[in-house]
Amino acid sequence: MAETQAGTIAAKDLGFQYAGSTSKALDNINIVIGQGEFLLLTGPSGCGKTTLCRCLNGLIPNFHPGEMSGELLVDGVSVNDETTSELSRKVGYVFQNPENQLFALTVEKDVAFGPENLGLTRQEIRDRVDWAMEAAGTVALKDLAPYELSGGQQQRVALAGVLAMKPSVIVLDEPTSFLDPRTAEEVMGAVDNLRRENGITVIVVEHRLDLVGRFAERIVVMDHGRIVADGRVEDVLDAEFDRLSGLGIGLPKVSLLWSMLRRDGLVSERLPTHVESAVKMLSERLRN
Amino acid sequence: MKVDSGDFLAIMGENGAGKTTLAKQLNGLLRPSLGKVTVDGDDTTKKSVAQLSRKVGIVFQNPDHLLFSETVREEVGFALKNFGFEPGVVVKQVERTLEALDLAHYAETSPFLLCGGGRKRVALAAVLAWEPDYLILDEPTIWQDYQQKERLRNFILQLNSQGKAVVMVTHDVEFVAECNPKVVLMSKGRIVAQGQADEILSDDGLIEKASLVKPQMAKLFSQLGEFGFPRDVVDVHRAKMLLEQKLSEAKVSVAQSS
Repeated sequence: MAETQAGTIAAKDLGFQYAGSTSKALDNINIVIGQGEFLLLTGPSGCGKTTLCRCLNGLIPNFHPGEMSGELLVDGVSVNDETTSELSRKVGYVFQNPENQLFALTVEKDVAFGPENLGLTRQEIRDRVDWAMEAAGTVALKDLAPYELSGGQQQRVALAGVLAMKPSVIVLDEPTSFLDPRTAEEVMGAVDNLRRENGITVIVVEHRLDLVGRFAERIVVMDHGRIVADGRVEDVLDAEFDRLSGLGIGLPKVSLLWSMLRRDGLVSERLPTHVESAVKMLSERLRN
Repeated sequence: MKVDSGDFLAIMGENGAGKTTLAKQLNGLLRPSLGKVTVDGDDTTKKSVAQLSRKVGIVFQNPDHLLFSETVREEVGFALKNFGFEPGVVVKQVERTLEALDLAHYAETSPFLLCGGGRKRVALAAVLAWEPDYLILDEPTIWQDYQQKERLRNFILQLNSQGKAVVMVTHDVEFVAECNPKVVLMSKGRIVAQGQADEILSDDGLIEKASLVKPQMAKLFSQLGEFGFPRDVVDVHRAKMLLEQKLSEAKVSVAQSS
């Protein structure tokens, strides 16, 4: 059964309260994520995004203690029935702070660490490391020490280390925060390609919708530990723009511009989420 | 390169361009092997980092490099105490800074229990608290939601109006587009351009050179050139004004021709 459900996630009435905290970090989360989806998870600081992600690979409750309620299935198996090490083969996690996951003396050894611990053959390890370093654009860094890299380079090495595990789900917690915008686009593009080619499920936590919006098909918005919006990116932005803006979410500027023009009755079309569609609609209006 | 009091300056450029290295030169954490850096006329090679830090405060990219206290309040007051401020002043400054950065309700919490965005703001607060004359912020907007960025922007503008200089290292083109500071653009260890944000961020050649992408408004207006719009539009409110005018004209002409 688990075989056929690789890359799926299902949460039912999921709740979590950190030990020592007075309020719930997750409250009644219900969500189903299918294999190969590209999901953008967003919401104001402290809304529970990172907490939800930590549940997916067992860091919660095994590493961050607290009280968990409800049910969470990854690949059709309850996370309660598996250890963090078992879960981490299925769910690769790129942390918000790349320094938290880099420790080897060279980039190449860091990327190889995961596969080595899976007990693979030498050749398989070699192949995976080469593939992952290529995909994350870290080949040129392979002999350097992770701690001497820039934040952006560290972020790519962390991604390579996760890719080398060939997980069925990849969670990226603000993976582009230290990257320059061009590199951020490249990295997100590379992740999207991997998803298309290998059917990996991708969950990206991000405040900047303009960066990820064009890759993600689905957006889930959280606030105060709850899911407050869930749907196709264009639909959610169009229907919920004012509410999302009230939550302090970094909405694409082109959508903001459109919402202001629409409020003044100057345009009527749905909110664009990319510049290209805004250019097209505006050009048509201005030409007539 | 020169920073004057009251300046707001953004250092931008590709990963590895030398932005952070340049920032660390400004308070003596790094010393030049060639050339000279002076702070208020003093050569940085002749002063200690401790002396320079009183004037030049740096907030590192990674907040975890800076945090160590047991509570947010202690963290923010640490430097003030060590600089020998009066206890009354310490309390006042800590309260003021916590309030400004939306941290007051976390005052008694351990900084390590906060989410990434919260830790980043504590690191900011810990430096802002002693009101250095020059503030160097390395990627101040990472892990921040939009509301927090707005707060940060207002706080920086307020510091500017008090004559403090703020230098930020950033990749956040949309934040820079909103603030429109002076931009120092770096690539491969060199400064390749200096100018106002709207000029730099709408210049295809420079954007390409420094591995940036244009802010969405600049992208939009560079593709609407045939309708006679200016190209250096990076701010959404200016964009709205310009479009409002043209769209109203278009509406009128449609009405007249029908």
